[in-house]
Amino acid sequence: MGRFLARRMVSYAVLVVLATTFAYLLAASTLSPRVNYEEHSPQPTEEQVDRRLDELNLNDKTPLAERWFEWATGVARGDFGATVTGTSVNEELERRVWVSLRLVTVGTVLGSAIGVGVGAYAAVRQYRAFDRVSTVAAFLLLATPPVVLAISLQVLATTFNDAVGARVFVFNGESTLGLDAGFWGTLWDRVAHMILPTLALALPQFAAFSRYQRNMMLDVLGSDFVRTARAKGLSRRDALLKHALRTAMIPTVTYFTFTFGVMMAATTFTEKIYNWNGMGSWVVDSIDNQDVHAVAAVSCFMAVCFVVASFLSDVLYAWLDPRIRVG
Amino acid sequence: MTDTETRASAGDRRVASSPALEVRDLHVTFPPRTAGANVRAVRGLDYQLEHGEVLGVVGESGSGKSVSSLAVMGLLPGDARVSGSVRLNGAELLGLDDEAMSARRGSSISMVFQDPLSALTPVYTVGDQVAEAIRTHNPTVGGRAAARRAVELLDLVGIPEPGLRYRAFPHEFSGGMRQRVTIAIAVANDPDVIICDEPTTALDVTIQTQVLDVLRRAQRETGAAVVMITHDLGVLAGLVDRVLVMYAGRPVETGTVDEVYHHPRMPYTMGLLSSVPRLDETERTRLIPIRGDPPSLTDLPEGCPFSPRCPMVIDTCHQTEPGLRPAGGAGHTAACVRAAEIRDHGWTGADVYPESESPATPHTPADRRNRDTVLRVAGLVKHHPLTKGTVFRRRVGTVRAVDGISFDITEGETLGLVGESGCGKSTTLLEILRLRAPQSGTVVVLGRDSARVNRRERFAIRRDVQVVFQDPMSSLDPRMRVFDIVAEPLRTHRYPRSETRSRVSELLRLVGLDPAHAGRFPQEFSGGQRQRIGIARALALRPRLLVLDEPVSALDVSIQAGVLNLLDRLKTELGLSYLFVAHDLAVVRHIADRVAVMYLGRIVEIGATESLFSAPSHPYTQALLSAVPVPDPQRERSRKPIVLEGDLPNPANPPTGCRFRPRCPKFGTLTSDEQQACSHTDPELTQVTTGDHSAACHYTEKRSVI
Repeated sequence: MGRFLARRMVSYAVLVVLATTFAYLLAASTLSPRVNYEEHSPQPTEEQVDRRLDELNLNDKTPLAERWFEWATGVARGDFGATVTGTSVNEELERRVWVSLRLVTVGTVLGSAIGVGVGAYAAVRQYRAFDRVSTVAAFLLLATPPVVLAISLQVLATTFNDAVGARVFVFNGESTLGLDAGFWGTLWDRVAHMILPTLALALPQFAAFSRYQRNMMLDVLGSDFVRTARAKGLSRRDALLKHALRTAMIPTVTYFTFTFGVMMAATTFTEKIYNWNGMGSWVVDSIDNQDVHAVAAVSCFMAVCFVVASFLSDVLYAWLDPRIRVG
Repeated sequence: MTDTETRASAGDRRVASSPALEVRDLHVTFPPRTAGANVRAVRGLDYQLEHGEVLGVVGESGSGKSVSSLAVMGLLPGDARVSGSVRLNGAELLGLDDEAMSARRGSSISMVFQDPLSALTPVYTVGDQVAEAIRTHNPTVGGRAAARRAVELLDLVGIPEPGLRYRAFPHEFSGGMRQRVTIAIAVANDPDVIICDEPTTALDVTIQTQVLDVLRRAQRETGAAVVMITHDLGVLAGLVDRVLVMYAGRPVETGTVDEVYHHPRMPYTMGLLSSVPRLDETERTRLIPIRGDPPSLTDLPEGCPFSPRCPMVIDTCHQTEPGLRPAGGAGHTAACVRAAEIRDHGWTGADVYPESESPATPHTPADRRNRDTVLRVAGLVKHHPLTKGTVFRRRVGTVRAVDGISFDITEGETLGLVGESGCGKSTTLLEILRLRAPQSGTVVVLGRDSARVNRRERFAIRRDVQVVFQDPMSSLDPRMRVFDIVAEPLRTHRYPRSETRSRVSELLRLVGLDPAHAGRFPQEFSGGQRQRIGIARALALRPRLLVLDEPVSALDVSIQAGVLNLLDRLKTELGLSYLFVAHDLAVVRHIADRVAVMYLGRIVEIGATESLFSAPSHPYTQALLSAVPVPDPQRERSRKPIVLEGDLPNPANPPTGCRFRPRCPKFGTLTSDEQQACSHTDPELTQVTTGDHSAACHYTEKRSVI
């Protein structure tokens, strides 16, 4: 088993290295950090710009291979280089990962947990009112683009705030700047800022997971082992929870792991609309700022997330389902 | 109120005066799926089961036997409408809520289901699933104590090393072992009634013998009353006290097993008993099929539901549906207006049923050495790589599915290839149909070696070798009309377009279907008719060899007889040769001229049907034949089947020497000197008589086991 894990890890590492390298080469050859200095006043001289760019290893006059080598040696030491403004990419990365992690964890866990519950119950009540309502809701959400959803939520929140006459929902940034309200006040402020973006993430998750779980559950509902469990004397509820749902959750849990990893850097719309400085918004911001090293770092992060997620979902599958456990 | 209270207290304790289970006027109706009439699955079922009694319920698919047992257990889907009365130890079960019913389910009434492969939850260990049954009804029992009791139960149902196997997952168990586990679950709380719904139908015969043994033991240990539901008249014969025959949702005949089997009074029962091919009949008799199909439960005919199929139908039959009336001694009742007449004349199935298909002419073909060889298989080998793990796939060994087998089939001959699941019979068949060079050995079809033909020749050979599959439901394209299904091989092989229509009509007539129905889709036909369509398709190109893969195993017995008679007739009329793969030995005895018995990828015995069945020489064949129950209560009760130990060994790691050695009943009786040969030398097929009969055993000994 260990040997197979090791072999897989190696191929994953190769994958990440390749993805990051290609991303760097693409960014370095298409983005032009020099443009950032054109608007400056007073206009710096070309020599000044060159010097600055050389410092940052972003000068397009240096051959690409040379720039790549310097960047790669840094990365090998764990240093993703500097941003266009000269700050450390590593620090920025660290800060933004936590922002995204907070958003994505709450959003996906909430969304998928509710989705699983609703989906499983909808399967039990197939074609009844609950099933029909949840189906319509799920399809409505699936059909709504994330942008539309995020903005609609803002509109609803504003209407609500106006109606109540208080700022219950806040939707700009992660916290109120310069707020001094003690520990609980600050915590509440952060939570209030989180509600809308989390909902914007959770709702599509809920939609996808409820459909997925409903189908999985329908597959096992009629199975013989659920009938055996009831023939043993388990009540309908116990048989459904302990036997049907436990079995039907296996694919969902692994799918969740995978989604979670991929979501880490895929929340661009939500973060941009709610003004959160996480990984998702960095994808767009770094390209916007001609920030070659940030683009490479984001790509590397996405590749690592993807690989870790797919690895974890495989391992989890084997752990949850004894039928495919490796002997 | 007082009435309910006394009933409830009676339910907890066995009351000697009330029967274990009493079903009165049970009706089950399902609302239509889309539009249409209600499905009346059970229409007035009455029976009474005394403590410790074994009642057999027999009927074909759609007779309502399974639905009625699920109704008793309260496990029907929510939309089913159930009425009547079900009393367990005198206490009413119908109308109880889920909580009250759950308290009885598994404790005083339990059930064993048909398909053991899917009956256990895949993610829990078998031991935990048995322990759960105990703890559900005894919440005070601790985890340890429940586990200990579960190990005892696993031991009771004959699971070797129960302490160790407690932690095994269902997928690590074979079908037979899993069925033992479900039996352990059923008897865990010492129930008063156990309902067994086709408990051995999905199992091989030798495993069926083991499981029936376990059921008998479980019944003895618990003293429970048993309702045994099956379509197999043989299984019931030796096991039950009384029999109830169901047809179209109603009981049509009931009585002691001897009365019903020896003096059936209802034409349906008579037909059922005469339509089963029997292992214990030496001369080949005509099987008696019941014409037509079971009625649709949404649209029952007026009067007696069997009247459209009944050979004795008179006008009164169409007027009212007869109820059960006394038809003989010992509580024998039958639902037929002419039951008294049948009794007085002493009519049997053969007297009542007319000859529909022309009887199989007892053809005595020329010596097989003088006939052409249609198929010759020599040293055929098919090994599969064995991989492990779904996530991390790797090769860990080789499954020796077919490991060097040789046989031949001559013109006009039927070779029956029998064996239990996993013995390699289907692989053999697929290797022959592939018409490519096998991994090792040769396949010669009509004189041409499959390894040495080019594409064009292979295409031409396919015309001469056609196949009929097991499942008539999935082997016909549901989107094609019958005409197109039968015409497809003709078109593929460029049969003249102008003659296609007449050829299809001719084929449909040949297999006993109405050519006027050619425009219909397969789902408009019953299972037996679909299998006939499959046969018509196979015959379209006038093949010389027909490969039949379990062609009747998916069909009800009364339908099966018709298809077998058809195959018999076609063979004589068209001079076909059959390679007939089956697990049902009685069917093979009925249809085959020669039989090859396979075990773990090898042929262990081969020879003329009569010689092999009357004097089997290989211990495996002997065990296999002795395991087949015969629909004759007296014979069944006195017969002592040879019970084989354990399951089929892993074909990836066959035992050394003789592959049958670990399960061989003979091996144990040999001296250690004699055992040397079995342990070290792989026996080869050697002739055991002067005639056509060979077996692969070092110590062959003829023995009559039927």
